[in-house]
Parts: sequence; C-alpha cells; structure tokens
Amino acid sequence: MEPLTNRIEHVSRKQMSFWEKIYLPAVLKGMGITFRHMFKKPPTIKYPEKKRVFSPVFRGLQILNRDAEGRENCTACGLCAVACPAEAITMEAAERKAGEEHLYREEKYAAKYEINMLRCIFCGLCEEACPKDAVYLSETVAQANFARKGFIYGKEDLLIPHPLKDPEAFAKAKGSRIKHPEGHGNEH
Amino acid sequence: MADEKPLIKITIDGITIQVPEGTSILNAARMIGPEVAPPTMCYYSKLQDSGGKCRTCLVEVSAGSTKDPRPMPKLVASCRTNVMDGMVVKNTTSEKTLDARKGVVEFLLINHPLDCPICDQAGECYLQDLSYGHGDGFTRYEFKRRTFVREDIGPYIQLHMTRCILCYRCVYVANQLTDNRVHGILDRGDQSDISTYISRAIDNDFSGNMIDVCPVGALTDRTFRFKNRVWFLKPMDAHRDCDKCCGKVTLWTRGEEVFRVTSRKDPWGEVQDIDGKAAWICNTCRFEKKKAADWVIEGPTSIDRHSVISANHYEVKEMPPDPLNKVLDNHSPMLLMDIRETSQVNQPDIDLSILPGPATSYTFKDHDEATEISKANEERLKINDHKKVY
Repeated sequence: MEPLTNRIEHVSRKQMSFWEKIYLPAVLKGMGITFRHMFKKPPTIKYPEKKRVFSPVFRGLQILNRDAEGRENCTACGLCAVACPAEAITMEAAERKAGEEHLYREEKYAAKYEINMLRCIFCGLCEEACPKDAVYLSETVAQANFARKGFIYGKEDLLIPHPLKDPEAFAKAKGSRIKHPEGHGNEH
Repeated sequence: MADEKPLIKITIDGITIQVPEGTSILNAARMIGPEVAPPTMCYYSKLQDSGGKCRTCLVEVSAGSTKDPRPMPKLVASCRTNVMDGMVVKNTTSEKTLDARKGVVEFLLINHPLDCPICDQAGECYLQDLSYGHGDGFTRYEFKRRTFVREDIGPYIQLHMTRCILCYRCVYVANQLTDNRVHGILDRGDQSDISTYISRAIDNDFSGNMIDVCPVGALTDRTFRFKNRVWFLKPMDAHRDCDKCCGKVTLWTRGEEVFRVTSRKDPWGEVQDIDGKAAWICNTCRFEKKKAADWVIEGPTSIDRHSVISANHYEVKEMPPDPLNKVLDNHSPMLLMDIRETSQVNQPDIDLSILPGPATSYTFKDHDEATEISKANEERLKINDHKKVY
C-alpha cells in the first residue's frame, strides 16, 4: 500500500540484546536527561507571584467603555449581539431623560447589558462590530467562580471605572491598547 | 380587453421585455426583476405623483426609440420617464449611471446624520442599503450639518427632521390617504422642514402609514422607540377583523411579545397589494393592538436571506428528538442554572412592548406603569417647546 505521508516509520521486530534486556543503560540515559534539566532555565513561571505580559492581541474579559467625561459610550445598537457567534450578549435599551446627559453620551443607552461568560468564546467580534468604541476585550481574564450564575456579567460588572472619579482604576482597566481615544468621529 | 394598451419593446441592461405603453422605465425594470431595477428613495408606486425628487433612479438611455435611435443627452430619472418602443436603457451596465448615483448618495448624506446605532430604522433603512451599495465609505463634507430637535407629531409618531431626505412621501400619504392634511413642508431648499402647523397633532386614522413609507428613520413609531432592534424581532404575518382597514399586517414579535405592527411590504419595500388594493393599515391596528391575543397569526413573513433581519432566526419546523432523554434513562437533566432567574434582561414584570413610549431609567428602577405613562407625556411636551435649534 502506498504510504499517505513520507513520515512513515517501520516498527523494528528485532530481538533485544542482553544489554537492552536489563534496561539499565536506557534508565541511566533517561536520568541523565532529567539531571541535565536541573541546570537549565525553567520555561514556566510561578504564576500568582509573577505574571506574564499579555500579548498585544490578547482578548480577555469585555469592558464597557466610557468617554473622557465619564459618560457611557454604549448606545445599545445591538451590533455586538448580532455579531456574537455564541449569542452571549443581550441588552435592553432606554431613552436618556433630561438631566441624565452626564451619564450617557447619546439619547439612547443600554439600560441592561449582559454577557454570559459561559457562552462567550472571546473571539472579539463584538469589539470589531462596535461603532461607538464602547465594548473592548481587556487585558484581564474572567475570574473563576464556584457557581454558574457568577459568570453572568451584568452592566455593573462590565462597566469601566469612572475616568474622573477613579482615574487610576480607569487607566488600569483600559490597559495599554487604546485604539480610538476620541471615538470614531461619527458620534454626532 | 378593449382598453388594453399596445405592447412596446424595451431593452434594459441587455434584457428585452414587452410592456404596455405609458409604463415608466422604472416599472418596466421592476417587471424584469430586482437585479436590474434602479433603487428608489422617493418614488412609491402606491402614491400618486411621487417620484422625481431624489434622483437615485437615474439611468442612461443609449437609444431613445426605434424611430429616433439617438441617445438621450442626459441621464433621466427612470421613475418619471415613460418607455418608447425600441428604447435601450443602461442601468448597472452604465459607468455614467453608477457614477451619478454615487454623487446622489453623497448629496443625500450631506445632512443625514450617521446615527444608525440609535436610529430605529437601522436594518430596514433604504438609505443604509443605498449607501452601502452605491456610496463611498467616507465623506468629503466638512461643514456643519443641519440639525433639528426631534418632535412628536401626534401621540404615536416621532419626527427626526435631521434624518429627513425630503422625499415628500409622507406628504403624499397625508394628501391621498387621510382627509385633511395637517403637516407639510415649510420653507425651501436647504431650510426645508417637515412640520405640522404649531405642532398640531396628527390624529387621522391612517396617519401611521407615513412611518411605513418613510425610506429613512425620519418618521418612526413612538410606541416602538428604542424597544428592540429590528433584527432581533421575528416578523409574522397576521390579521384581525378591522372595520377601518384590511387588518392584514406584519407583527414584529419576540417570544409572545408584539413589539411593533407594520403593513406588509412587497419586494420593493412598498405596501403590498392585497386583493388589488394597497394594504394600508389603520392606527388602531398599528399602535393599539400590541398583544398576540389580538391577532390571528398566519406564519412567519419570508425575509430575504441577505437581509440582516433574517440573522439569528432559527426556523426549525420539526424538533429532532432529544438524545439526552434516552441517555439519562428518561430522567430530566439536572439544571445547574436557570438563566431566567439570573439574567437581568427580559424580566417578566417589565413588558417593554406595551409601554407607550421608550423605556427610561424610570422603567428599570421603580417600575410603576401608570405613573410612567403620565410622566412620559410631560417630558414629550418639554421637548416640543423648543423645536428648532440652529
């Protein structure tokens, strides 16, 4: 039969010699390899004390962004939800009332915004679909939880800290990969 | 029939068809099919005298007729030009047409805001389709856009004049469907503004149809405002016995909730002809029957597969047997979480579909329907007080 690949290796059916039968040289050879590794630089890191830098394309937990004045960017346009292949995102929109202009950037906003992290596959399509620079995949991971309901992230879990009231936490949550700090220019 | 008009030959984009004399180029193209039909923004076959305003349907006539085969010197508006025997028309095959159409889109978008994320028309907007199909992905316009404060005309209809492209379709609806028109276009040119005199409410029974004819999001349904995006809703054909209109509508539903009622649309985005008459619907059907129990549901409306409205609609006619039951020996699986108990979205005590206007922060905090309805009206009047800002 013609082999499918050129990487085929035939099994040797040869009788083992006496030295091979006692396995001692093979064991010593293996121990030698193990011993040699004790002097090499370990490829792992001690995780909770030391953390690796995330790759610039890392896609972590979603955050809902605010603008420089601390108003929510999200207008509940539903493009993230329709783009989501796992159907993890749901939302309910509401109209901004008079006097709420400092809370929401546009006349419509997401009153409820929910991501089911059990469903989310962190593909980043929501971030790509967003026309308002509102949803980002940040540089953190979703926290482990004992109960399933801990993975249903509501708006209060996703919303980025206020940039004026808590600038440090805002900068930390935003991370180092700010793409459009002023928005896309389509806001008005 | 004695009064039948003689058939004449016309070639559009290389396809020849015989049409009765007096047909417009646009309607002849529509007879061939959607591939050759020019897009329209202002022409509406069910409304007399509509058309000729937006210039979207411009086509090149490369031969006027058999008798005079010279090409027409300029592009012609196909909705207002009648066919001649032996006429040769170029629509998508003509560079000149496509170029002109790109210019038309640019003109239409000069004052049109890019607020599709908050506009309720997004997903079924003809200007959106047109600019995707024919426009450039950028703007050259750098001046201040014309803006207006939104206005409620009547209790059910909201006017966003900023989004209006002045197609006059709603004015024709008011003229031809309702007995006395109370709204119209004020001022001229760049200053044109659709308005009712002194914000007089439109309370005619058929005024809601101007929402359906509006090609953009300028006239929208206030009872549907911000409730849901159209592509999350399932359109269903339904009917009810109505003493004012034909009662045949499309319900936009999600689960058991009816979010919006519109008239049925044909492939051109116009109101369907049912029994030879345009199936306009009355305001009672459109705005006041927001319960599934009010309607006899016929079945899902067929939606073009390329439309965003068909996204995420799983049409499973027969559910396959669940293999889990067999594996678990007919025990039901242990439910580790019921999403309806955990989720904050779609809470059973808040029915967005029956609210008279958009949900506000009030809806989700201390929910009390009666107070909310009275408050909503108060706030609406506040907005109307300062109608125009320049």
